[in-house]
Amino acid sequence: MARAAQPRESIDTDTGRPVGRELDGARTVSLLYPPCCAVGLRHPLAEPEHFRDLNLHQLIRDLDLEEGDSEIRSVFYGTVAEVGVIRYRQSVFRDLEVPALLAGLRTFKHRLDTIRLNLDRQDRRLSQRQREGLLLDAALTYCRAVDDLRDVLHSEDVKSPALTELRYAVEVYRLSEGFRRLQDDARRVHHALAEIAYCVRVGDGGVEVSRYQGQPDYAQEIEETFCRFRQGDARDYSIEYRTPPALGHVGDRILEFVARLFPGPFSSLTEFARCHGDFFADQIRQVAWELGFYLSYLEYVNPIREAGLALCYPDVVKDSRESAIEDSFDLVLARKLCAEGATVVTNSVHLEGRERILVVSGPNQGGKTTFARAFGQLHHLGQLGCPVPGSSAKIGLFDQIFTHFQREEDLTDLVGKLEDDLVRARDILAAATEASVVILNETFASTTLDDARLLGGRLMKALLHRGVRAVYVTFVDELASLSPEVVSMVSTVEPDDPAKRTFRILRQPADGLAYALAIAEKYGVTYERLRKILER
Amino acid sequence: MKAHLLFPDRDFDWSSDPPTHSETLQHDLELPILIRSMSGGDQFVQDMSSRVLLCSVTEPEAIRHRQQVLDDFLRHPEVLTDLYGTVTAALSDGRSLWGYSWSYRSPSPVLSGARQYLEMYLTHLRGLRTLADRYTRVVRSAGLTALFAEVQDQLDDDYFASVEGHLRRLRFDGGILISARLGKDNSGVEYVLRAPEREKPRLKERLGLAPRTAFSFTLPPRDHAGAQALDDLRNRGLNQVANAVAQSADHIKDYFDSLRRELAFYVGCTRLARRLEELGVPTCFPEIDPVGSRTLACTELRDPCLALQSLGPVVGNDLDAEGKPVVVITGANSGGKSTFLRSMGVMQLMAQAGMFVTARRCRVSLCTAVLTHFPREEDQTMTRGRLEEELARVAEMAPLIRMPSLILFNESFHSTNEREGSEIARQIVRALVDTRNRVAFVTHQYDFANSMVRTLNGQVLSLRSELGPDGVPNFRLTPDDPLPTAYGTVLYRKIFPEAEP
Repeated sequence: MARAAQPRESIDTDTGRPVGRELDGARTVSLLYPPCCAVGLRHPLAEPEHFRDLNLHQLIRDLDLEEGDSEIRSVFYGTVAEVGVIRYRQSVFRDLEVPALLAGLRTFKHRLDTIRLNLDRQDRRLSQRQREGLLLDAALTYCRAVDDLRDVLHSEDVKSPALTELRYAVEVYRLSEGFRRLQDDARRVHHALAEIAYCVRVGDGGVEVSRYQGQPDYAQEIEETFCRFRQGDARDYSIEYRTPPALGHVGDRILEFVARLFPGPFSSLTEFARCHGDFFADQIRQVAWELGFYLSYLEYVNPIREAGLALCYPDVVKDSRESAIEDSFDLVLARKLCAEGATVVTNSVHLEGRERILVVSGPNQGGKTTFARAFGQLHHLGQLGCPVPGSSAKIGLFDQIFTHFQREEDLTDLVGKLEDDLVRARDILAAATEASVVILNETFASTTLDDARLLGGRLMKALLHRGVRAVYVTFVDELASLSPEVVSMVSTVEPDDPAKRTFRILRQPADGLAYALAIAEKYGVTYERLRKILER
Repeated sequence: MKAHLLFPDRDFDWSSDPPTHSETLQHDLELPILIRSMSGGDQFVQDMSSRVLLCSVTEPEAIRHRQQVLDDFLRHPEVLTDLYGTVTAALSDGRSLWGYSWSYRSPSPVLSGARQYLEMYLTHLRGLRTLADRYTRVVRSAGLTALFAEVQDQLDDDYFASVEGHLRRLRFDGGILISARLGKDNSGVEYVLRAPEREKPRLKERLGLAPRTAFSFTLPPRDHAGAQALDDLRNRGLNQVANAVAQSADHIKDYFDSLRRELAFYVGCTRLARRLEELGVPTCFPEIDPVGSRTLACTELRDPCLALQSLGPVVGNDLDAEGKPVVVITGANSGGKSTFLRSMGVMQLMAQAGMFVTARRCRVSLCTAVLTHFPREEDQTMTRGRLEEELARVAEMAPLIRMPSLILFNESFHSTNEREGSEIARQIVRALVDTRNRVAFVTHQYDFANSMVRTLNGQVLSLRSELGPDGVPNFRLTPDDPLPTAYGTVLYRKIFPEAEP
């Protein structure tokens, strides 16, 4: 059994920093929560149980997250049960559909991550002058990132309340005295240092450092002499130095000589480091962190969208039990298939009026489990405020998702397995409410047909009584016609070639009939078809 | 500098895979016999010859370009011997030197290794120049004339002098001068080796009257860490120059390589020409018509593979299929039908490789691909029947067919009864012909052969093999309509003379 909604362990959303701290007069803006509920929201620390069954753990694993952003995972673990928060996030996702905005925010985040990593991982053996150089570089990147963020957010495409608020906050920060001075100082010092070019003559056991005076590049002369023999692309023989040279005290002395050859720029650098040791603003830090949620998800679904599959913003309705989902699919499987260049089959689901349970039957390997997972994934992701697989979706707000999948372990012990199945089913029945979503996959598959029919029927009746929405994948056809609240869906095969699965799950009676065989022009080499191939 | 002996304007693309169908083609046309004969036991010549043979050319100019070069080499074998010898020597000398191409972690050994190569190549480049001077008036083909002219122009005496100067300077006897800029953490970046000249400090500075423009220090003798740092610095400075020198050595090697590959094909061709001459098989350079002109006329066409294998003269057959896209070959078993079918394929390939062909006279239009559909061993997995397997191969082949291709069918679709087999064959051949391909089909199925002759009026050349009066095959094919009876009974009687009719 898996439950998700009320986690017991939790952490603060903003990595322990107080929420709502003033920043030069502006309120700290959160991209995840609207102002009304920004305080006190918590995310579960551990992966919810239904994640594994729905393959959402693979999604979390494959999110491209920076080291320091791993806490973003906990945002994905949570279940947001407030329509307001869902809409707040959906509107940010909608803004990010504008390529320029997405690219701009991605660049911003990447820059800030890089700065953080560079400053955090400084080598202790660095000399004072080296440290100063790194700080200056970080400050320059930071200023550029903030400037660009302002430009990016200035776009008319920003429609979401979150990014609109952020635009204002960034504007205020940019105009602040502290930021202005940081930027001016950094630029001035950098320009002076960038001008410097020097020469080192390396002889036997000695070094001479001087100003560079325009001596020509010798490698170029060699290249020009021999390029006439060139037949194609040349292999690169240059050694790739991943680390800067560890010149130790020799390097320090060279740098000292360079500083003596160019005294002005180096003294202003020292002054800069003294004045601007800590330049990060809280708002900027928090935005960079929260963007991880949006950007990592979009990065994840990007290949799927590029393969031409539709994602949509589900309309999540409070106090509704109806579902209308068009052309949906298993997100995790789709990502794998898209990478392999394979086709992804989409399916639609409708639960209307009194309908509560989808019973999915039909030939094996026909995509039944995938269908069930897709249903669960769509609910979890939709309620996080994420765009979900499908061309359109309308779902009812739920409080918890429960999953009941076959367990791999103890395959031999059938009695134990049935018992385990029943215990898990009982737990679900105990915890589920009218607002819950339940996914059952081949429950009681390990027992006899009679048992499966009997136990399955009972379980379904109990679920119907509770009023939950459920998907029940089973080989027991009879369960599909148990009551008017049950909708029968069937996995189908190619009419011409019964060996081929279509992975289409259609709303039709479970008839259990053998599928008719029909042999087609299997190899496509009749006059008409061959000619068509030859004329292409 | 380019070899350009296979194409007037470009290199042969050795890196691309041979056409998809090549393996089947080699097997069906028995090409390994031909290719082995070209190689004379030399694996390299064998590989290059088979590549060129299988990668048919569709531009008439390129084919004529090769024919002329080959003609030069056939007239003056010494030119080929000397050129190939020089090129091979340069490349084999390289093998005795310490390489510079394995992954060193420091530029110095790359630099010194590659410099030695340059010194060695210099000798052979001079040799190449000598050959160009010697043979430039002997050759007539555009390809060799251009090659020699380029060598004379690019490798003149001034050039050799400047290369020698560089080879001296690359020893860096007086230390190295590196320029640098400040990186993010103020350590040196963008190390660039500067041309090795030394300037003396100005007089004022030496007297202490001007600001110092240089500071220097010497490492104490036991400062191992410092010495290592200097070494590191030196290596970083040499990095780009070592790369440039190694790439230069590579460029020269690539040039020799490309010459060697292209020459190897001609080595194979001249070897084959000598062999065929010994066997008394007449050859000629075919006249080439452009793609799509539907010419096909040969006098005494022979299968070179059969000649090379049987080590004696083989029967030649005339073929006149001007404007006829379908050649149907019927008649007696063991009457030379398959051999003739092969000879058509081999001729097309040799012609389109720029080689001579084994006929007394030949005129042929180019096609974009040669494909074969010959009988296969029984499918070993037994997952599908013989006919299914044959049809599957047609389906596999179909996407490879680029109009106009030449497709050779050998007793295809005989695994089912004549009615069905004929219908299948008819549909396939008609689809091929209607999309402007050329088909040659060896068949026993009278229904198919006859209907082809009747329905595709004037578009079909029907050839028939006959047994001599004594029932012995004479391997001659004559233009004649198909006959309803095969020669199976004849053969049967011959092999089982005591059996009842």
